[in-house]
Amino acid sequence: MDENATMAGAADAPGAADAPAVDIVSLYPRDMNIYGDSGNVLVIRRRLELYGYRPVVHQINQGDPWPDRADLVLAGGGQDTGQKKIIDDLHARAALLRGLAEDGLPMLVICGMYQLFGEYFETVDGTRLDGIGVLGAYTVGRERRLIGNLTEESGDFGTVIGYENHSGQTFLREGTRPLGRVADRETGNNAEDTHEGARVRNVIGTYLHGSLLPKNPVVADYLIRAAVERRYGGGAAVGAAVPASGAQTEAMRAELARLDDLAARAREVAASRPR
Amino acid sequence: MAAQDKNPAAPATAPAAAGRTPFSFATPALGKAVRWAARAARRGGSAFPGKVVESVDPGFLARTLGQLPLGVVLVSGTNGKTTTTRMVATMLSDLGLKVFTNPTGSNFTRGVVSALLAQVDLSGRLDADIAVLELDEAYAVHFVAQVRPRYCLLLNVMRDQLDRFGEIDNTARLLAHVAEATTGTVVLNREDPRIAALAAHAGPGAAVRWFGLAPGLRSFFPSDDDMAVTGAGDAARADRAVAGALAHDGAGGPEPAAAAGRRDPDDLPADVVLTEVGDHRARFRIGGVDCGTDVRLEGVYNLYNAAGALAVVRAVLDGSGDPALTGTGAGRLMEVLATVTPAFGRGEVIDCHGTPVELVLVKNPMGFRLSLASFDPAGSDTMIAINDEYADGRDMSWLWDVDFTSLRAGGVAMVSGVRAWDMALRLGYDQVAAGAVEPALGEAVERFVALNPGRPKRIYVTYTAMLKVRQHLSQMTDVADAGVGR
Repeated sequence: MDENATMAGAADAPGAADAPAVDIVSLYPRDMNIYGDSGNVLVIRRRLELYGYRPVVHQINQGDPWPDRADLVLAGGGQDTGQKKIIDDLHARAALLRGLAEDGLPMLVICGMYQLFGEYFETVDGTRLDGIGVLGAYTVGRERRLIGNLTEESGDFGTVIGYENHSGQTFLREGTRPLGRVADRETGNNAEDTHEGARVRNVIGTYLHGSLLPKNPVVADYLIRAAVERRYGGGAAVGAAVPASGAQTEAMRAELARLDDLAARAREVAASRPR
Repeated sequence: MAAQDKNPAAPATAPAAAGRTPFSFATPALGKAVRWAARAARRGGSAFPGKVVESVDPGFLARTLGQLPLGVVLVSGTNGKTTTTRMVATMLSDLGLKVFTNPTGSNFTRGVVSALLAQVDLSGRLDADIAVLELDEAYAVHFVAQVRPRYCLLLNVMRDQLDRFGEIDNTARLLAHVAEATTGTVVLNREDPRIAALAAHAGPGAAVRWFGLAPGLRSFFPSDDDMAVTGAGDAARADRAVAGALAHDGAGGPEPAAAAGRRDPDDLPADVVLTEVGDHRARFRIGGVDCGTDVRLEGVYNLYNAAGALAVVRAVLDGSGDPALTGTGAGRLMEVLATVTPAFGRGEVIDCHGTPVELVLVKNPMGFRLSLASFDPAGSDTMIAINDEYADGRDMSWLWDVDFTSLRAGGVAMVSGVRAWDMALRLGYDQVAAGAVEPALGEAVERFVALNPGRPKRIYVTYTAMLKVRQHLSQMTDVADAGVGR
């Protein structure tokens, strides 16, 4: 349906024309795109460019055909109404998305889409939305909203910083690992345990907005590296640097360093602010 | 139209709300004393005296506003409350009414109480015909539980400080309480689907009136849903469309794809329609009569808010029962609209030793986007100051919903505020150069204003940053008392 958006994304793809392409799917930008989650798309796009790749963004809304190539999937939060609007389309794509996740495709799903990548979301009024079961997690609606600045400790990514805002509380099944651990039980996935987010293979689900990726470039680079290596080969150890393409220049490296310095300062302030 | 107003003379207050405490006779004196002390101490927080009075005399608000012969006009919505309230108050005042208003943008109940304290005499009497009050969505609910407005003007619902109110549909539900409590006329924005839907919540005794846009203008005023349709690149294109429309001074191009799915607006006849926008000019169709005027208001979105203001002013005039007022024609309304000036921090220009410094309040992504599209960055130095106090909203996510690429050519000379580094990072990803980053507002303002003396300056500020920036500017020059006068 949103053909124009798809074409616009492809048409104004930055980066040198002959740089190796990386195809990004922005899933449901129309209805699941609240609290600045589009910032995650921008960060992936710009960093890919600075690593010497040519990012191609496909905006996929309900009914849009899946692109020929997808190297990375990004999806954001939304309201209950947004979730209801996309749920049928999501179920129609469930087998595809489960297969891609199983195959190691990196995906970042925030808030409302994190909930729907789990098994189900049961709202306060008892309505049950079935998820697509990529993540071993389920969500129940609660009266109390978990809102505020949040920092969490993650083994692979160090301290992850963002802002949570949700009334659905998510619980992980035995064997599903969280993205990070929070110090205060009243924050994160739910008001009962110390989990925040969930991970399986290269899929990351989390409640963190902020946007997440600008202030957590380590997470952005993890997704980029998985996407690039899955498409172009390679496979260094966890935490290794993103393999830059031959198109990367010294100026691009310097700009990445500058952005990371700004992010470090923004992180420092964010971590010191009231909830 | 007047015939639709079924119950213009309904009481402004809920019957049980005007209770007196044994010592309430002393409330005006106590409140005034606290207000004086707070001002003397230069606390800046205009709501502080209200806090004291609310705790000792909770019936003060309802009792005082209940005296007003023409009742209360309540203005709420996400964007444009302060300027629209100023428009309504100024127009009614120019038309001869004595108007009480809360002009400082302190749009919490407590701020209203504080403003009342400044105006009542020591016996608690308020010398006014009507009150025009802006309240933010959450506080409006508290307010209508104490005082039922005779008129309400509901402007829009957009993503604003969502960490405070929850989700946007929830914000609309808050405004539904306002529509329900209104006794006379509910004035609604026809083009915002969440506001338009509130017609169903108007009470049986209340009339509903609409303000709207001519079809050719709808692309310049995207609703929140339209904004969500656009990806980053599309957002920039939509914003450029707004800027382009202003440059061409015209009445707009073809219907955008984003607006195509909207309900046929002719289903709902609007009392006031904005038909053309230009550089400090607007044309309207008021009760079927075409008219236009030059305006001193800044920003194209304020021209649409003016349509809302005109609609509620007409409802008040029709409901006044005074033949001198009910016969007010469209031409006279244009005359009084032309006199309205920008509110405190809303395009207000402060002269700082020969350098004009313009303050533009930004508090949500749509407002920021419209501001960036409305003000040409060429020829001015730009500063952005972002705070994250409670009144600003703690969540910085919203900065990522704003497209800053229009600032690429000239860059941003100074980035400041508590979240200066978040803002600098945001600009970094949009490839907008930041000349300096100085989180301390005082120092940042001084350095910024000293840059290129004489060249105009524009500062985009969040609410608490605006209060601080204004305070610093007032130390450097002579700034008029906040929001008072025109």
